[in-house]
Amino acid sequence: MKAFARLLDQLAFTPSRNAKLTLLRDYLSHAPDPERGWALASLTGALSFDAAKPGFIRKAAEARLDPQLFALSHDFVGDLAETVALVWPAKAGANREPELPEVVDSLRSASRREVPQLLERWLDALDVTGRWALLKLLTGGLRVGVSARLAKQALAQLGDVPVSDIEEVWHSQAPPYGDLFAWLEKRSDRPRADAPGRFRPVMLAQAIDEATDFARYEPADYAAEWKWDGIRVQAAHEGGQRRLYSRTGEDIAAAFPDVIAALTFDGVIDGELLIFDNGHAAPFGDLQQRLNRKGADAELMARFPAGIRAYDLLMEGPEDLRALPFAMRRRRLEAFIARLGSDRIDLSPLQPFASWEELANLRAHPPKGDPEIAEGLMLKRWDSIYEPGRPKGPWFKWKRDPHLIDAVLMYAQRGHGKRSGFYSDYTFGVWREDANGDRALTPVGKAYFGFTDEELKRLDKFVRDNTVERFGPVRSVRADKDFGLVLEIAFEGLQRSTRHKSGVAMRFPRVSRIRWDKPVREADELPTLEKLLD
Amino acid sequence: MCFNALPRGPVVRTTARLARSRLMAGFRQLLRNTPEGLYCPPGDFHIDPVRPVTRAVITHGHSDHARFGHGAVLATPQTLAIMAARYGADFAGATEAAGYGQRVTRNAVDVTLVPAGHVLGSAQAVLRWKGVTAVISGDYKRRRDPTCPPFEPVPCNLFVSEATFGLPVFRFPDAADEVAKLLKSVTLFPDRTHLVGAYALGKAQRIIRLLREAGYGKTLYMHGAMDSMNALYQAHGIELGPLAPATDAAKNALPGEIVIAPPSAIADKWARRFADPIPAFASGWMMVRARARQRHVELPLVVSDHADWEELTGTFNQLQPEELWITHGTEEALLRWAALNDISATALEIAGYEDEDE
Repeated sequence: MKAFARLLDQLAFTPSRNAKLTLLRDYLSHAPDPERGWALASLTGALSFDAAKPGFIRKAAEARLDPQLFALSHDFVGDLAETVALVWPAKAGANREPELPEVVDSLRSASRREVPQLLERWLDALDVTGRWALLKLLTGGLRVGVSARLAKQALAQLGDVPVSDIEEVWHSQAPPYGDLFAWLEKRSDRPRADAPGRFRPVMLAQAIDEATDFARYEPADYAAEWKWDGIRVQAAHEGGQRRLYSRTGEDIAAAFPDVIAALTFDGVIDGELLIFDNGHAAPFGDLQQRLNRKGADAELMARFPAGIRAYDLLMEGPEDLRALPFAMRRRRLEAFIARLGSDRIDLSPLQPFASWEELANLRAHPPKGDPEIAEGLMLKRWDSIYEPGRPKGPWFKWKRDPHLIDAVLMYAQRGHGKRSGFYSDYTFGVWREDANGDRALTPVGKAYFGFTDEELKRLDKFVRDNTVERFGPVRSVRADKDFGLVLEIAFEGLQRSTRHKSGVAMRFPRVSRIRWDKPVREADELPTLEKLLD
Repeated sequence: MCFNALPRGPVVRTTARLARSRLMAGFRQLLRNTPEGLYCPPGDFHIDPVRPVTRAVITHGHSDHARFGHGAVLATPQTLAIMAARYGADFAGATEAAGYGQRVTRNAVDVTLVPAGHVLGSAQAVLRWKGVTAVISGDYKRRRDPTCPPFEPVPCNLFVSEATFGLPVFRFPDAADEVAKLLKSVTLFPDRTHLVGAYALGKAQRIIRLLREAGYGKTLYMHGAMDSMNALYQAHGIELGPLAPATDAAKNALPGEIVIAPPSAIADKWARRFADPIPAFASGWMMVRARARQRHVELPLVVSDHADWEELTGTFNQLQPEELWITHGTEEALLRWAALNDISATALEIAGYEDEDE
């Protein structure tokens, strides 16, 4: 348990992705089987317990420490599990520290009544980091910033194989992943990946380079379709298994029972998960109401009914179509979706075009209806096979130009990792008129990228030279009608929001230009922004 | 609150209360709290005053305890040297050095300085007057510190204790394990600079010594603010090994090296010159995750020069003073502990002591 606890502890303090990878790789290459397998399962969410309720943990701690002292401690620390880990008194002559596999095995076979005793015995034997890790594991919330994707990357580095190889076999493997490690350590062959309903690594598109690509490629070689603004998914129904995966292979079925129910086919489709409003795509903000949840109740599903707009067909029955050219897969897909006749699964239509100019015009002025809220266009070579990863040439994405506004820098916060000494997270605002007709700035968003290192240095200096107030790591920056810094902000979409004071929330905001030249009073006003609401 | 712990019954309680108030009155003649800090009327001197006074006894060199501009200062020779290095030779009108255990008389009060185990030169002030012994601990710890002699328990009637880490959540791990954590991270990230925030007096030198004891023989790089205290410790016979300034380093400098800097520098402009630095911070506050995150610390090292909860309560149990006064820190939990353990205790509010960067 020590090494695993130490890993969790370090991951929790490490913001940088690369550093997290190093820590994971180091752990996975040193920890024995099956411990590392269970560790991997708990990090990727394949293993979770909600064996210990907060109320029980608190009571167990109060039986060992005066409740008043416990309350003072909890007030100071904030987090319950952390408080208990810190105050739990050492017990002389306690058992040896439990190992992770032992904890997992015991919890899996223990009855609910036995769990409290087990937990107390383990807490007696562990050190403070061990207690913290155990309590995090048992309350089902590791929250150390490791996605399944990151864990798979660490595995790929461990075995020196492409990530797509890991993804291909991932869903046929079960914790503690003995076969997977044996393969990565070249002790055995690659495990078979023929489990029904497994995840197939996704094919992704390159962003098109408008300056060079259009001259290089023939319009007749490409099909165009809209890039819908939901999340890319893979939906499978094979051998009785129904699955819904995100594009990184995370199983998100639990949050979308309505979509799972609609998978009344035998095969695997690739498409965009959307909220449907009478057959029309709803804006991304609606989908957000359904994402990152453990489930969905009837009311939520009725308000935000989810479905799939299909892009591609990967498996039809037992037949793997991925090696066929796009043109053939597309014909099969059209027939497949037509046969299905579902109001939850429709076809992403192709957008005919004769020249790149015509396509550019369509992108700038999409036809009425769903395309108006699309993110842009996709170009797919008619002869492209379905190839995992992001190959250059077969598929391109051509996003619509972002919205731009001129906003005013209001607050700045220090960044993390490489930027830890710099004020690199910027809250910006636009002008709004208050009840008295006075103009004041209201914050509308936060951006922390879009500038070069040189620009960052200048921005940082500006923040330091013009700080008005400090609140912990945040500084407010001088911004009034006579003085301030205008930032041109690019963003993808705008939604109503009750969480933000301004009433709007931006999607994917970033700094597109720093307008050192622009007078603050000429920055945009809130009504201008409101016109852009989706 | 403290009376709850005394024997029950109205008569007994009244007697006990009376006895205690007499006792307290006696202690107050010897020692009382004033806006300047603790004051000893019969000896006519203050202990660690927060404003300039005529006569001061100084327990140790941290700037919130050892201030500039007193008329006369009594302290250990090491503490006087630290004050002179920080403030210049004219930091007080007059100074008197008292080595550990050496008895000095101030009017009718005997003053003895005994080791507190906090930093180089740190002392408890032991006051003896009319058969009463009062110990003002200053800041202290009970663990081993390779840079100063250990805390010496002195039986006393009144014990005045600090309470910086006076909560049961503070039970510090072995400092050697924390340094091992740092060294492990250095091997894991050989292309990055490890930037360790450590208070310039005491903590920095202790970390350096612990690194040396762990077998780290390479040059350690120092922020300029460390120089005078490092030199002073070395002059007092504490071997720090090879040190070099970090400040003239080029851009992306010192990959794989350890740099020691004041806590305020590790997340600031100064830190940018280093190769993808990992900010570390050696402090008792690092016991609590939120504290580490607030300071953008990626490698928290729980190394403290103060007593943790076990050391504080262990010391009270060991000394069993008739009266316990608790100063600067989180005194509430210690008052509760004292009530549960039948030790009569009072919180003194002395403004002006800070231990954020301990």
